[in-house]
Amino acid sequence: MKKIKKIFIPGKIVARAITSAFKKPATIKYPKSKPDIAPGYRGRLIYSPTNCIDCMMCMRDCPTGAITIKNLGTKENKEMHAYLNIGRCIFCCQCVDTCPKKCLSFSQDIMLSKLNRDNLTIEL
Amino acid sequence: MSEGLTIPIGPQHPSLKEPVSFLITLDGEVVKKAVIELGYNHRGLEKACESRTYIQDLYIIERVCGICSHAHSYAYCRCVEELAGLQTPRRAEYIRGIVGELERLHSHLLWLGVAGHEIGFDTLFMYTWRDRERVLDLLAEIGGNRVNYGINTIGGVRRDLDENICQHILDVMDGLEEQIKYYAELANTEATLIARLAGIGILTRDDVIKYGAVGPVARAAGIMDDVRIVEPYGVFTEIKVNGVTDDHADVYGRTVVRIKEMLESIRLIRLMVKEMPDGPISVRAPRRIPTGEIIIRVEAPRGEDVHYLRSNGTDKPDRVRVRAPSEANWHGMKHMLEGFHFADVPIIIAAIDPCYSCTDRAIMLRSDKGDTVTDWESLRRTGIERYKKMGIDPSKIRMRTSGV
Ligand code: SF4
Ligand code: SF4
Repeated sequence: MKKIKKIFIPGKIVARAITSAFKKPATIKYPKSKPDIAPGYRGRLIYSPTNCIDCMMCMRDCPTGAITIKNLGTKENKEMHAYLNIGRCIFCCQCVDTCPKKCLSFSQDIMLSKLNRDNLTIEL
Repeated sequence: MSEGLTIPIGPQHPSLKEPVSFLITLDGEVVKKAVIELGYNHRGLEKACESRTYIQDLYIIERVCGICSHAHSYAYCRCVEELAGLQTPRRAEYIRGIVGELERLHSHLLWLGVAGHEIGFDTLFMYTWRDRERVLDLLAEIGGNRVNYGINTIGGVRRDLDENICQHILDVMDGLEEQIKYYAELANTEATLIARLAGIGILTRDDVIKYGAVGPVARAAGIMDDVRIVEPYGVFTEIKVNGVTDDHADVYGRTVVRIKEMLESIRLIRLMVKEMPDGPISVRAPRRIPTGEIIIRVEAPRGEDVHYLRSNGTDKPDRVRVRAPSEANWHGMKHMLEGFHFADVPIIIAAIDPCYSCTDRAIMLRSDKGDTVTDWESLRRTGIERYKKMGIDPSKIRMRTSGV
């Protein structure tokens, strides 16, 4: 073990603290100013039903069981709908990667809070 | 002779924002005896992994730790890849390496801030956390999230790095390097910092070996146990890491090691961005993984992270075991605390950069009547019968079952 022998004068950081006092703060005033969301940020999912083949691979790979794909029409005349429980979804976007028809994508929408638990299931 | 005063610390917020309980017996101001009680944070992650598929497990494993999320998912992916005999593309390994080093940067910056906060040096805390934000923003840009970047997948990575991101990484590194050099200088010359950190929480070289400590705790005592160096994997087989050790063996030594490691990480990131080869970023992985078992270790920011995986040939793992680095460092904690002042307890605890939830893997209940080991099915049956006696019938509750 090494002993530290030299004696230093404390308060080295003071100089920087004083200069920082005159700089723009690193934080933002939320919610007045909006946060900077990176372009690739994973937010609310987007579903385009046109190509969906109802294979349910997205549901199978979803780690939380948040997404449900339903065919409300018939086998010939498909009417595809996707429902997402945003209380369960962890926005991992595994479903986006899994979908063989590229029906799912993600947006940068992160303002998803609701006042009621029942409203957490949304249609995509 | 007096018995000494016993003070309970925790389980709420004992120096860090996670639950753990310490019973500290004092002799005056000096810690005479320390009892550490872990086990408030068991989340059943391993069991959860065993009842989900390999793909779903990626996101559970990523959540073992809120800081080293990449290290855990990397170790897990390497386990699965080795069992399936997959050769990940070189570009994928470089991207994994870059994200891994960025993670080390943000983890060490976080630690430096927490350490500053524990010793009442909140200016340092504000500065380092401001700088950490820049790394987190970068990770959000690369992976899509600040903490659970989700960059790893079985067989490679999920996202590529384009030129803009690479340039952005280099720009941020320039800014950070300047800051971290300033912190290094601060650690060398700021009298209050040195006076507060030097000579406390000592874990000597022999003790490190005795208690099996890992990571910066071991390296601060002069033991080079960096997995990237002693057993190079992935990108580190091509890019050599300059290991950092120190001989102070105390909290100050751990601070110095972490700061120097950050500078090394910046060097590695620059090198990896420059040398990154072109090519694919992932290979197709099978859903069913061949039977076998494997142990893989990677270097997480807190030290050696060990993952064990056993496959039975299905699409779900048979057994997943995670030995997070904090788990190894807890054993020496009692030794580190005893003999030092009570006021130093928070910083000594914080100095191993502990992660309580990473550590809680299993709970063992001891009874006087003797211990029995119960398997999952009979445990479930016992539970149902017990609740039925109370007039509740839980047998209808749907459960994910493991295996086939
Ligand atoms: S983003 Fe992840 S959690 Fe959410 S629906 Fe898709 S797979 Fe499930
Ligand atoms: S994976 Fe794609 S194609 Fe299949 S059901 Fe889901 S959205 Fe439709």
